Amino acid sequence: MLNPGQGRGPDSGVAGGSSNSDPFPAGLRVLVVDDDPTCLMILERMLRTCLYRVTKCNRAEIALSLLRKNKNGFDIVISDVHMPDMDGFKLLEHVGLEMDLPVIMMSADDSKSVVLKGVTHGAVDYLIKPVRIEALKNIWQHVVRKKRNEWNVSEHSGSVEETGQREDGDNNSSSANNEGSWRSSRKRKEEEVDEQGGDDKEDASSLKKPRVVWSVELHQQFVAAVNQLGVDKAVPKKILEMMNVPGLTRENVASHLQKYRIYLRRLGGVSQHQGNMNHSFMTGQDPSFGPLSTLNGFDLQALAAAGQLPAQSLAQLQAAGLARPPSLSKPGMSVDQRSIFSFENPKIRHGQMMNSGGGGNKQMNLLHGVPMGMEPRQFAGGGQMRVQQQQQQLSGGRAVGQNVQSSGMMMPVGGGPSMLQQQQQVMLSSSVPRRSETSSGSRVLPAAATTQSVVFNNFSSELPRNSFPLASAPGISVSYQEEVNSSDAKGGAGFGNPSYDIFNSYPQQYNNNNDWDLQNMGMVFNSHQDTTASAAFSSSSSTQRTRAEHVQNHHQQQQFPSQSLNHMNGGGSVRVKSERVAETVTCPPATTLFQEQYNQEDLMSALLKQEGLPLVDNEFDFDGYSLDNIPV
Amino acid sequence: MQRQVALIKQSLFDQKIIIRTQMEKYMQGYLDEQFVELEELQDDANPNFVEEVATLYFKDSARLISNIEQALERGSFDFNRLDNYMHQFKGSSTSIGASKVKTECTMFREYCRVGNAEGCLRTFKQLKKEHATLRKKLEQYFQASK
Repeated sequence: MLNPGQGRGPDSGVAGGSSNSDPFPAGLRVLVVDDDPTCLMILERMLRTCLYRVTKCNRAEIALSLLRKNKNGFDIVISDVHMPDMDGFKLLEHVGLEMDLPVIMMSADDSKSVVLKGVTHGAVDYLIKPVRIEALKNIWQHVVRKKRNEWNVSEHSGSVEETGQREDGDNNSSSANNEGSWRSSRKRKEEEVDEQGGDDKEDASSLKKPRVVWSVELHQQFVAAVNQLGVDKAVPKKILEMMNVPGLTRENVASHLQKYRIYLRRLGGVSQHQGNMNHSFMTGQDPSFGPLSTLNGFDLQALAAAGQLPAQSLAQLQAAGLARPPSLSKPGMSVDQRSIFSFENPKIRHGQMMNSGGGGNKQMNLLHGVPMGMEPRQFAGGGQMRVQQQQQQLSGGRAVGQNVQSSGMMMPVGGGPSMLQQQQQVMLSSSVPRRSETSSGSRVLPAAATTQSVVFNNFSSELPRNSFPLASAPGISVSYQEEVNSSDAKGGAGFGNPSYDIFNSYPQQYNNNNDWDLQNMGMVFNSHQDTTASAAFSSSSSTQRTRAEHVQNHHQQQQFPSQSLNHMNGGGSVRVKSERVAETVTCPPATTLFQEQYNQEDLMSALLKQEGLPLVDNEFDFDGYSLDNIPV
Repeated sequence: MQRQVALIKQSLFDQKIIIRTQMEKYMQGYLDEQFVELEELQDDANPNFVEEVATLYFKDSARLISNIEQALERGSFDFNRLDNYMHQFKGSSTSIGASKVKTECTMFREYCRVGNAEGCLRTFKQLKKEHATLRKKLEQYFQASK
């Protein structure tokens, strides 16, 4: 795919000098970070032998500032896992979030858990020390792969944009439009690429570029930028600048933004929640959560991006799950949907709650909570795909469900209603301490893991109030994301990430618990259906707060094992989010959205089919809202 | 001897085996393949690469050893901290190909994991011994290379 003829003429900085006819990957700009001077020296020597341009760094902070100062100065980052000043995974998150560069992790530790952590945090590769030069010779593939994905996104956006920017027509005709404008957008893309003149870019441009697809990571970046600017105030130009994706045009962003806005409207505020959540994460409305916000926002984006799919799939799963206790889901659904979509002040309540911990993750969890128990296998499958996407985007590790976390989550899932309740309580109570933890920037995936369980719990607690059916979870989760964004929730770990991780790690557990969880949920819902559902509909912030408090009280009344408490800590923040979402969401419009989501091809539906579960649209009586084609 | 080794290196197909044989005879298992990898990175533009790396390694590992020593002398046996130090030590040793040292590191970490203070102390003593021996041997090796 590379053109040997393209020379990396300039002196690549190799000690021995490089010939002008060196083809790519010579000249690849590598930043290597390792606190061990011996390893650093050896790596530098090896990379130079590969004809790369090497910059070495022994501290993560220095590496980050280097990367920030030269936004486009590096192609790839190689980092050690164990470093004294900053955990390698944290650096990984930052790089993925801020610069979207491929990051390779390395360590003398080859234990499966650490390698998995690298995967879930979005590392494109994991090298075991001692690193051999053969392993380094092929690292350029990660750079090319990433650029290909970005181009795909740009092209897609461009084609959509060329079809004409319509406020409400995009979703319906985007595919047709894309077809027509594909060529023109492609031409435009190539022009842009040629202008850039980078060797790798030139190489990529010679590659066939398929239609632009807003990949998960790109969409995450987009959502992060939108959240930072504020969903209502986000303008394509600023979003484009913030995203800083080479090859992406303002038009790409504009059309994507249109679709995103429509999508949000359709969700009836669910997406808003996402947007809000991302916003809160990114901007760190709560200053103390600044560092977390970044991560959260990133995760959120990932979740949002991935969530578009997963949300849909979640919805499907949830629908499927709800199908199990049909009686519960059906009546509740309509109500829940309304409540979900009527988020008027998502920020207020959820913000606080979300801050407590990976809000993003939690949001997902909420939705996942329902389907998770139901279809762990499905998630696993979907998760894999998403993980890949995440890896590519090097998303912040938030979304990644830590192994530990996963186990924690499992407990809640298997715990049934009582567990759920407990978890919820735990989450709520732990939400505050969680926040402080997260604000310190030590956010770890665990939150994600717990969030999942929390989500599950949240639903049970939330549903009764809002009489949300499980089926509505997907919508809810979406809204949660948004809410989280809006709120100050810091824990915006990748929305989809945590769920995936958890599922991947513990598919078995989930499978076992599927029926039980669903049943339990159903039971919870039933009992709560009597509770005043009016609160759900009231979108006032005060209501939200009240509800949050109520939820908390509700939880507190429940007993929860210490284990779940520990586990829930991470999830607490998520839980809060879910609550908010439920509160602020208004139903009806969302239904159609969900339906659309379910109808769309995605992992979830595939998984559902595998599982033999009916698609959600059977369960929900959506208005037939046409889902905006927001490809993920 | 070096010249002979270099000639053989050039003329034979499987250079690694030759070098390893020579090296192993001299080093007797103190160094492994990784060291050979490092030697291959050495060329005319970087003639003293391996020696530079070795020097750096011993400087850094001396620091780590003294840190561990202090931690052990304190008697409190913070296994987490000890494990951290040893992880770093193991990383460097692996990168340079110090196989015997690496083995001791692994054992030390295992003792840390189970909280066996006595085992840690014993292993550490052995580790220091291996480390010192390696240092001496490499010094001789580099001397002979000049």
